[in-house]
Amino acid sequence: MSKVLPLAEALRRHVPDGASVALGTALECLIPFAAAHELIRQGRRDLTLVGPISDVCFEQLIAAGCVRRVVAAWVGNVQHGAAYAFRRALEQGVPRSLEIEDHSNFSIALALEAAAQGVPYLPTRSLLGSDLLARNPRLRVAPCPFTGIPLVLVSALAPDVAILHVQRADADGNCHAWGPTGVSAAAGKASRAIVVLTEELVAPEVIRSDPNRTLLPGFLVTAVVHIPGGAHPSPVQGHYNRDHALYADWHAHSATAEDAVKWLDEWVRGLPDHSGYLAKLGRARLDRLRSRAVQLAAPVDYGY
Amino acid sequence: MTLGHTPAELMVAAAAREIQDGEVVFVGMRLPLLAFCLARSTHAPTAVGLFENGVVRDSAALAFLVTMSDGPNVTGAVWCTDMREVMGLMQSGRVTLGFIGGAQVDRFGNLNTISVGPRSGAVRLPGSGGAADIASLARRHVVIMAHERRRFVERVDHVTSPGHGEGGDWRARTGLPGGGPSAVITTLGLFRFDAATREMVLASVHPGVTVDEVQAQTGWSLRHADPLIETRPPSTDELTMIRRFDPEGFWTGARH
Repeated sequence: MSKVLPLAEALRRHVPDGASVALGTALECLIPFAAAHELIRQGRRDLTLVGPISDVCFEQLIAAGCVRRVVAAWVGNVQHGAAYAFRRALEQGVPRSLEIEDHSNFSIALALEAAAQGVPYLPTRSLLGSDLLARNPRLRVAPCPFTGIPLVLVSALAPDVAILHVQRADADGNCHAWGPTGVSAAAGKASRAIVVLTEELVAPEVIRSDPNRTLLPGFLVTAVVHIPGGAHPSPVQGHYNRDHALYADWHAHSATAEDAVKWLDEWVRGLPDHSGYLAKLGRARLDRLRSRAVQLAAPVDYGY
Repeated sequence: MTLGHTPAELMVAAAAREIQDGEVVFVGMRLPLLAFCLARSTHAPTAVGLFENGVVRDSAALAFLVTMSDGPNVTGAVWCTDMREVMGLMQSGRVTLGFIGGAQVDRFGNLNTISVGPRSGAVRLPGSGGAADIASLARRHVVIMAHERRRFVERVDHVTSPGHGEGGDWRARTGLPGGGPSAVITTLGLFRFDAATREMVLASVHPGVTVDEVQAQTGWSLRHADPLIETRPPSTDELTMIRRFDPEGFWTGARH
């Protein structure tokens, strides 16, 4: 049965007000910006955002007033180092107050992995002696029952929904992603629902031609959205490069709450949907970003 | 003749020289992205780079990078995997060197990346990212940061990325598997750590910088090596290579 839905419908069904949402799970690439923008357009409230570093995706959702809580290792604009919207929300409660659960990249990966594996926690030797332990009650030190060495136990984290961007998926949600994947597979398996955004909607046999490339099998996936360009301005290997200018633009226009709202009005709320966003970017700009150095993998033989 | 260089170019060259040939390097954001490319293209042709997004490379990136997930860092990689894999390799001791930065550092190399200032009116920072993990788990790590008095403090407001803690054998007592910071590279000089006390010691000053200037920007009474040497500026070959990977000076600043 096809799980394919338009973006707006998929998010209305699977990301209600108050939901905890994992997104931006592959770090700086494959960020589902189209979904974040649609959540802003739909005026979603009280979200908990879960993700390691998020880039400006979390910044924009926070500036739009959609977010009550963030569970993350780093929040801000990777290219510029600043976190204007995040800071305004935490320090001044603008546009609304925000809670933060601080992790490191490894601890949030382990928290999601624990939920993915169905265990209450996973241990690590990272973060011993770090103040993150005092800031986050879901990180706890305990001795190893076998060796006695100190360990940090990372409590499992199960989001309501993971929104993942991939290069290609079939209508059942079997999906291929390539390049670095960060915590994407763990976030998907940890979550109660998965919404897959895909550059290409392909026939089932395309996925079955290369099963080692599969990020997640379709039986775990709840909905599939076919949305070319849906990760812009983040890069999608083999499709388009990172649009650094857009991150610079957000940096220049998010230093004050008023400017951030203006930017969101111009680039998100004032546009009907993702097609309108791509039209505003313009064909020339999108063409410049398109991947040029085609580098096909050598074929592999799955025959028997 | 040496070309004129920017302060950041000197920091990149100094960071690259910390990478020995054959090392497995956990490459952090910003200047380390360039330092790995430089080392790999000059004196460390068999170094391997691990990136927290899951990229593993045994070659320099193919073009300028703003982030580790940009296309030119993925094409030609030897492995694209997930974060847990590369962090796990670091936890099991396979990573010999990591690079990190921070907003504040103290005399034992502890870093704060969470929040600066008093509890009311504190300035919130973006957070740890992978830095606390690199500080905990890499067999040694190098800190890169701007040298300003507000950043070089007697005691950091929060220990996000653990350095040598309270000094001496603090790391071993705490149970941290990694060896801790081995060097701090700043806009003014290069520091190493006393083998016994683990206190930061000024090892070299950058060309044109005096010890007094470094002390003025440091919030504790600084020890320095005797004799104190000058940091070797980037060679013409190093500068050429840095500019190949950062042609517009995005990371390394305006040039003249």
